[in-house]
Amino acid sequence: MEQKLIVDGKRIDGRTFDQLRPMEARAGILKNADGSGYFRLGRTIAIAGIFGPRQVHPRHMEEAEAAILKCRYNMASFSTTERNRPGPSRRSKEISKVIREALMPVLFLEEFPKSAIDLHVEILQADASTRCAGINAASIALADAGIPMRDLIASCSVGVVEGQIMLDIAGKEDTEGDVDLPIAYYPKRDLITLLQMDGMVTREQLKQLLELAKKGAMQVYEAQRQALRSKYLEE
Amino acid sequence: MISIDPEVIKELTTKGIRVDHRAFDEYRKIKIETGIIEKAEGSARVEIGGTKVIAGVKMEIGEPFADRPDDGVLITNAEFLALAYHEFEEGPPRENSIELARVVDRGIRESKAIDLKKLCIENGKKVWMVFVDIDILDHDGNLIDAAALAAIAALLNTKFPKLDIIEEDGEKRYVIDYEQKTDPLPVTQKPIGVTAAKISGKILFDPNIAEESAVEGKISMGITDNMIASIQKSEPGGFSIEEIDHIAEIAMKKASEIRAMLG
Repeated sequence: MEQKLIVDGKRIDGRTFDQLRPMEARAGILKNADGSGYFRLGRTIAIAGIFGPRQVHPRHMEEAEAAILKCRYNMASFSTTERNRPGPSRRSKEISKVIREALMPVLFLEEFPKSAIDLHVEILQADASTRCAGINAASIALADAGIPMRDLIASCSVGVVEGQIMLDIAGKEDTEGDVDLPIAYYPKRDLITLLQMDGMVTREQLKQLLELAKKGAMQVYEAQRQALRSKYLEE
Repeated sequence: MISIDPEVIKELTTKGIRVDHRAFDEYRKIKIETGIIEKAEGSARVEIGGTKVIAGVKMEIGEPFADRPDDGVLITNAEFLALAYHEFEEGPPRENSIELARVVDRGIRESKAIDLKKLCIENGKKVWMVFVDIDILDHDGNLIDAAALAAIAALLNTKFPKLDIIEEDGEKRYVIDYEQKTDPLPVTQKPIGVTAAKISGKILFDPNIAEESAVEGKISMGITDNMIASIQKSEPGGFSIEEIDHIAEIAMKKASEIRAMLG
């Protein structure tokens, strides 16, 4: 018989339904990058590095009135159970796009015409919600690079496992769950800037999932702010 | 090519007007034709307003994925043909076409539209592989909905080619006769893509190309039987939970209307 994913109202890793995995957020972890960030969510580990604003390569991508944000999300070959083939895949290209679009609303790109901000997100270990951890590390890195921002973007995912709505699915919940829904959240405007979903939900469930995701994102937001505070205010 | 200043679109939208005078939840005229490519196992041509796409289904025999030994394989790909729009270029698929194909694929997969178990020929060894290839012929906005509709219409139109399994010296040979079509593909759901755009803080459906130049963000939902099977937000710009819920409500209605056109 298959192992049940919910026992006595608890999840396989002992969490409650509305609990995130342990988080660790840090700013300025790299020397060369203009800004960098680290975000760990359970066993999922992401680092992000920023270069720029700087000259655009190739030049034809340059925009006259604003900086462009370039994003590359990559999973390290050793980050997964079975080795992940190096280099861009269709999946990583799509994720790079949605990460970029999730972050753009908070950036004052118009302050830096004809320049590029290069964002590199590297997933060192993958156990679900890698795009979320990547966005969280990227937000910290952008702030660490001193790029003017309206707010930080905080990200987490929610899912449905054995009919139960839960925050931050991981491990077996991810491979055997029915629904996976990552969001990115822009707290000061109360807007969702990344939204994807796989699975089958009713309209009512979708609303509940989004409300829960927002609560999770606010905890992430606090961890991101704390990371920046401890680098810049308490040193 | 005539283009309309995005600022004009934003201003009109604020006043509650769309450039083509549609209601905010109104789709352009939709046309579906099926069985247009004889060489394909299934095909469909879809128009939504000026957007034209064609989807063809080809089937081959291949090996299943190790973790799903008795499931057939579904592979969706999209080509943004250079003849469809002045900004499309030849070459390997880019971000937008990859995203579109993956969104269409998720709509079909997550709604379990195809019974993949019925595509198993020999457990762990041979399965049918279903290739859904989508060509974008003319881009007038809302490519995702047109592509999703063409994909499901083509799948509904698909018939297995004749398969002969010949045993020789204890070895099996699989011979496909593409000229002879047999049973229809087991399609059990009809997922429909519905896309909403946010312009000047307002939500409208089925954006045309002029409107797409002015969008803050778009949300595409794959809808099956009053359930949401997939969601993708694209373009920078955010949505509130209330806006997302409003989109879900309208998307359900629009999906039933569009699904009815599939017959």
